[in-house]
Amino acid sequence: MTILIDKLETPDVVPAGMSGRPSAVRRLTQNPVVALGLAILAAIGIIVLLAPFLPLADPSVTDVVDRLRTPFSPGHVLGTDQLGRDMLSRLIWGTRVSLAVGLTAALAAALVGSTIGILAAFYGGATDMLLMRIIDVLMAFPYLLLALAIVAALGPGLINAMVAIIVVSLVNSEFMAAARLSGSSNLGLVLFELLPNVMPTIVITVSTTIGWMILETAGLSFLGLGAQPPLADLGGMLGNGRNLIQVAPHVATIPGLVILALAIGINLVGDGLRDVLDPRLKAGGVARAHPATATARADRRKGGLTSRRGGDVSLIAARGLKVDFTIGRDVYHAVGGVDFGIRPGEAVGIVGESGSGKTVTALSILRLVASPPGQIVGGEILYRKEDLLDAPLGRLQQIRGNRIAYVFQDPLTTLNPLIRVGEQIAESMRRHQGFPRAEAMRRAIKLMESVSIANAAARANAYPHELSGGQRQRISIAMALANDPEVIVADEPTTALDVTTQAQILKLLNELRRDRGAALVFISHDVGVIAELCDFVHVMYGGRIVESGAVADVFGSPRHPYTQRLLACVPQLGRPDRPIKPIVGLPPATNAIPPGCAFAPRCASAKAKCQQGEITPVFVGADHWVRCIRIGEMAA
Amino acid sequence: MLNYAFHRILLMAPVLFGVTIVVFLVISLIPGDPAHAILGTFATPENVKELNTALGLDKPLPEQYLIWISHVLTGDFGRSYVLHRPVIAEIGDRLFPTLLLAGTALVLSSGFGILFGIIAAVRQNGWQDKLITVTVLIGISTPSFWLGILLIFWFGVRLAWLPVGGMVDLFGDGGVADIVRHLILPSFALAAVAGAVLVRLTRGSMLEVLRQDYIRTARAKGLSERSVIYKHAFRNAFINVIPVLGIEAGFVLGGAVYIETVFQWPGIGRMLVQAISTRDILLVQGGVFVIAVAYVFINLVTDLAQSVLDPRIRRK
Repeated sequence: MTILIDKLETPDVVPAGMSGRPSAVRRLTQNPVVALGLAILAAIGIIVLLAPFLPLADPSVTDVVDRLRTPFSPGHVLGTDQLGRDMLSRLIWGTRVSLAVGLTAALAAALVGSTIGILAAFYGGATDMLLMRIIDVLMAFPYLLLALAIVAALGPGLINAMVAIIVVSLVNSEFMAAARLSGSSNLGLVLFELLPNVMPTIVITVSTTIGWMILETAGLSFLGLGAQPPLADLGGMLGNGRNLIQVAPHVATIPGLVILALAIGINLVGDGLRDVLDPRLKAGGVARAHPATATARADRRKGGLTSRRGGDVSLIAARGLKVDFTIGRDVYHAVGGVDFGIRPGEAVGIVGESGSGKTVTALSILRLVASPPGQIVGGEILYRKEDLLDAPLGRLQQIRGNRIAYVFQDPLTTLNPLIRVGEQIAESMRRHQGFPRAEAMRRAIKLMESVSIANAAARANAYPHELSGGQRQRISIAMALANDPEVIVADEPTTALDVTTQAQILKLLNELRRDRGAALVFISHDVGVIAELCDFVHVMYGGRIVESGAVADVFGSPRHPYTQRLLACVPQLGRPDRPIKPIVGLPPATNAIPPGCAFAPRCASAKAKCQQGEITPVFVGADHWVRCIRIGEMAA
Repeated sequence: MLNYAFHRILLMAPVLFGVTIVVFLVISLIPGDPAHAILGTFATPENVKELNTALGLDKPLPEQYLIWISHVLTGDFGRSYVLHRPVIAEIGDRLFPTLLLAGTALVLSSGFGILFGIIAAVRQNGWQDKLITVTVLIGISTPSFWLGILLIFWFGVRLAWLPVGGMVDLFGDGGVADIVRHLILPSFALAAVAGAVLVRLTRGSMLEVLRQDYIRTARAKGLSERSVIYKHAFRNAFINVIPVLGIEAGFVLGGAVYIETVFQWPGIGRMLVQAISTRDILLVQGGVFVIAVAYVFINLVTDLAQSVLDPRIRRK
């Protein structure tokens, strides 16, 4: 669960441990893929187990008169082979052999592999080293050739083929590695404490290895190196029918179908097991595949404009914005109806704790919230009165990076590690302004100079990992400025940097955007920084804006209890005597936001009515409003 | 970069040494008297004695190894007593057809595997993704030798479009067109399973990359989806795919054993199977050694390719 959440771009949406995800066993039994796989395997397994009791012909009785009957002949449902043996009977008995071989070999490999692994860990040092070197060398062989070499030396035969396959699987599978990982020189500790921890890995490996074992022994039998007549596994039957393909194709094709069915069944179960036990391997269970956040708006414009400042002067306005994340069966209301407006050239701060929805709000402007799992479920985003939530992808792409640009949090993960930084700036200008390659690069270097990167022409050829954190964030700022945007959205742009660099970067960002007349949306949990940079501020809590107004008003005379407590957390320079009062409790899990005021459970002044019904904003100044019903009752 | 390459080549030496030891030890695995096994049933006592002296089979293992390796280093893998010719000559005839078949299959499986992997990832959960995922599941569950037989039955026998085998001599009168006609079915059969594995891997790798922060950055810049996917995402995903291409090479080299047998392709794989049935152990030894060495070099190439494409490795 934590793995899934870590991968979300907005980890603050979901508080750890608050998930209602069902247990592994339940997910496994409810997984339709696993169910289908188990059904296939169970059907084959039951038939095979019942083989001695079924009214089947003797699989090895030959009858030359009845040879090469086609399927559906009387008495022979699947026909007969070139010796007149009943195909159905041979098939069922052959499947028995194949399954027995696969199970035995997989279990033997697990046992031998874990034992070797434990012993290697137990003796450690030279023994362990030697084992690892041997494995390295054996892995230098294509695995089938290694198996062939062993069979060549030992001679053909089912047992020898199994030995070969087991050796090869030991080299290539995780049996030994898993047991070795539990490594300790205390055998008791290994057996009773550590081994149980790696059992899941061993179980998964066994289950996926059975299919592999069946396929490979079938292959060796097919080549005539495994099961020897009259004993026939599925591979042997296939090899037997190979030369009859022109006259009697059923002799070779039918055993292959059974191998296919077995392998599909085992693969389905194995895939399901992996998905359930290690969600990261599911390859994109919560990936961001969509180029823009999906929208499914039940309501529009429900929020209305809460600011007295006219909506028409707003460059960007959000009205009643609602964003949900659907993870498993839980729905997290990351943003639950947010309204704000930004006028040209002004700086607006959004402040709040982790999980308050501030980043999701900012990303929603250009529909950059990862989707799936994110979805915009209500409201509007207006850019110069155009609703961007209705805009086609092509229109969004015209605005992204051009009229509205982003600076993200951690420049190490937000810059592409394989593309030179100059190119990462230049490509944006080529895209939006159509400059030719050389011209775009020349301008990119100029931009790098303007964000105070020394020796810009040479640094343009650097990869992100070759620069310092501060330099990387300067590159991000240059990227954002590339097309002279009207708005720069900066999402905690200095959190990943050290303190001295933070101040420089902030100063640079602010100066450059003022010079160019760009508006700024600044997201931060740092009240001090917001106070310094911004004209207006929105305080967010539990996915809503709880207080909004000019920085001087909101921070000078905070009215919402949450804003008051937030400010009380900030240490003030020159006042070491002032106590710092952390807010007791945790922010609400956004999949369980209480009705009414989300802050009520932590609020010292809360009354019962705070948690009943929608709290409407109350204006306490020209542009200053608060979402608190007790505002009139409490002294300012 | 050169430093890294040099370092990587140095690391190869102990592995190659280990490979020679493993291949050498194959003979000592033989139950009973190896000389008898090598010479076959018609061995005279003189033959046995002669071979024992030549291979040093009566000497202790380390000494035997030195005798063997000194021969191998001059290209002498002994004689095939079944084919009555030097092992190296037989391998020489068989190596190129195998490399041609395995190489074609590798190119086909990588090309289609990566392409469909990208499509599946980009259309995650769409119909294209579902179709590809189901096809891949069937692909990885299909034994390649069975697929080969089906292809022969359908395209060779029923439709009679393509030859079903009988490629005897690559340098015969048929020319390139004849080679291609003979190559289509076996290389497809060999590529199908390898390609299916690669689709899965590429899809997973792409999905992993597509949720990285730098992809959001690329989209925030307003780049076209083509640029986001091929320039920003695929480059990063490909770095994870390269080492698997090396494993795939081993996979097609091994799988060639089945396919060459099914299609009677005159390569090393079929030679090995025949040699095992005739107990021609020295031929097996030589064949396995040559393929293993080729595989070690292929992995070297993929490692170096990865370091060329990933600047982060290059610097280390």
